[in-house]
Amino acid sequence: MSATTSEGEMAGPKRDPQVADMLSRRRQRSNWIVKALCILATTIGLAFLALILVTLFWLGFGGLQWTVFTEATKPPGSHGGLINAIVGSLIQTAIGTAVGTPIGIMVGVYLAEYSLGTRLGNAVRFVSDVLLSAPSILIGLFIYQVLVNPFDGFSGIAGGLALAVIVIPIVVRTTEDMLRLIPVALREAAVALGAPKWKSIVLVCLRAALDGIATGVLLAVARIAGETAPLLFTSLGNLNWSLSLAQPMSSLPVTIYQYAGSAFEDWVQLAWVGALLITLGVLALNIVARVLLRPRA
Amino acid sequence: MSSTTNDSAARPNIGAVEARSTAALTEARISVRNLDFYYAANKALKSIDVDFPDRQVTGMIGPSGCGKSTLLRVLNRMYDLYPGQRATGEVLLDGTNIIAPGIDLNQLRSRIGMVFQKPTPFPMSIYENIAFGVNLHERLSKSQMDERVEWSLTRAALWEEVKDRLTTSAMGLSGGQQQRLCIARTIAVRPEVILFDEPTSALDPISTLKIEELIDELKRDFTIVIVTHNMQQAARCADQVAFFYLGELVEVGTATQMFTSPRERRTQEYITGRFG
Repeated sequence: MSATTSEGEMAGPKRDPQVADMLSRRRQRSNWIVKALCILATTIGLAFLALILVTLFWLGFGGLQWTVFTEATKPPGSHGGLINAIVGSLIQTAIGTAVGTPIGIMVGVYLAEYSLGTRLGNAVRFVSDVLLSAPSILIGLFIYQVLVNPFDGFSGIAGGLALAVIVIPIVVRTTEDMLRLIPVALREAAVALGAPKWKSIVLVCLRAALDGIATGVLLAVARIAGETAPLLFTSLGNLNWSLSLAQPMSSLPVTIYQYAGSAFEDWVQLAWVGALLITLGVLALNIVARVLLRPRA
Repeated sequence: MSSTTNDSAARPNIGAVEARSTAALTEARISVRNLDFYYAANKALKSIDVDFPDRQVTGMIGPSGCGKSTLLRVLNRMYDLYPGQRATGEVLLDGTNIIAPGIDLNQLRSRIGMVFQKPTPFPMSIYENIAFGVNLHERLSKSQMDERVEWSLTRAALWEEVKDRLTTSAMGLSGGQQQRLCIARTIAVRPEVILFDEPTSALDPISTLKIEELIDELKRDFTIVIVTHNMQQAARCADQVAFFYLGELVEVGTATQMFTSPRERRTQEYITGRFG
């Protein structure tokens, strides 16, 4: 039905070439305007991102030195480092991931494979989605109420568990989505060989969805690595080197929060270094996640 | 569909389609008696009676939605996966009604295997794909498993092509190879019956030919039921042909009889390409 249809051969109403011309020009004009607006919006967005990164790299790399990785945080003016915050962040992120991932995967499996059409399934999915978008300070307060207050103390384990609560809904969602992408034929093929349902889920479906689920977990790790609010009321922060899970524990985001607003120049400098370290870590995780999700040849 | 001018030339007709098999039908391996099937309230199969002869190929033909795939999925109780689907009547395998409650489905499916329309390799190595099914029902030593893998791949006419890369992912095989792997995986479990649900509709002509030759070879040991949209395929593969229309079994007979002198007018019209 395009312009190649030769006139005369086709019976029926003819079209007016002048009107067609006018409409075509109008389309081109609006196309140009929309395109220009899109480019403008993209430029503004990217410019801010670039500004943020340039500032971060400028100020962060400026303060980067070996003592950052060898010294714990110290009083102002005595050349401290961030090692307690770095290790604290690693430990709490590890706890959050180790606790949150298996629970999240199991709930995701339940939702995708067992809950079809059940009330409980819909309720669980709804609650999980609410949790996914809940303000993280709320989760910090919750853990404070159930773990910190009754046991009379801030602790690394409380911080890790608060992060786990953030991990769970992310992993639930990814697991369910990824399992739903598995073609019905693959499940049926496993069942047709005489596999019981759980074996077809564990050995075939989860295996097929593994890359996607791993990506979800990595993104969850990236997310909790930068969380501050849930740690404020749980692990609190610790100015000294401490590996005890029962004691308050330092972390990069909380240290940044405390240092960036301080009046001491060297503390502010360390806050920028910490921000740089988190950003690089999250960036690395995102790249790994992308590589994982890339379809294989 | 029917408006093109060279339609009749492209379509099979009674004269053009010739059944290859002239074998007399053997004793029934599976007998279906008075089978009704429902998708919720929708009746998809209406009092079906048919026998599937032992170690022969039964081709099930008919237009889309006629119930042939539904019947296939009754034979290995695949419909059990979906709530709301149910069957009544009898499907007898060695005298046991396999659609009765209380049947061990996993065991049943080890006796009645199935190959699907699209190749469904599992995301694991070629070797593991075959071991997966075998491990569900048997405990084999490593050397016994090696033997079984080679045996099934050889039977599926795939061994020569993959013997040097058994540990590589099955996802890297071509479509035709994947389908033969699925056949190998099915026969590795050593079923008695193999169900084929349009096994070549996603494949190119060469791969299709290979699968058809394979089916011909496999019927020495297995009872085979194949759903196909391709009349020539039914003529090339089947010893017995069953024609379904709107949930009813219109006619069933030897391939020769069905393609030369169908009793029903609807069968003749379908086979000659006048509808469907």
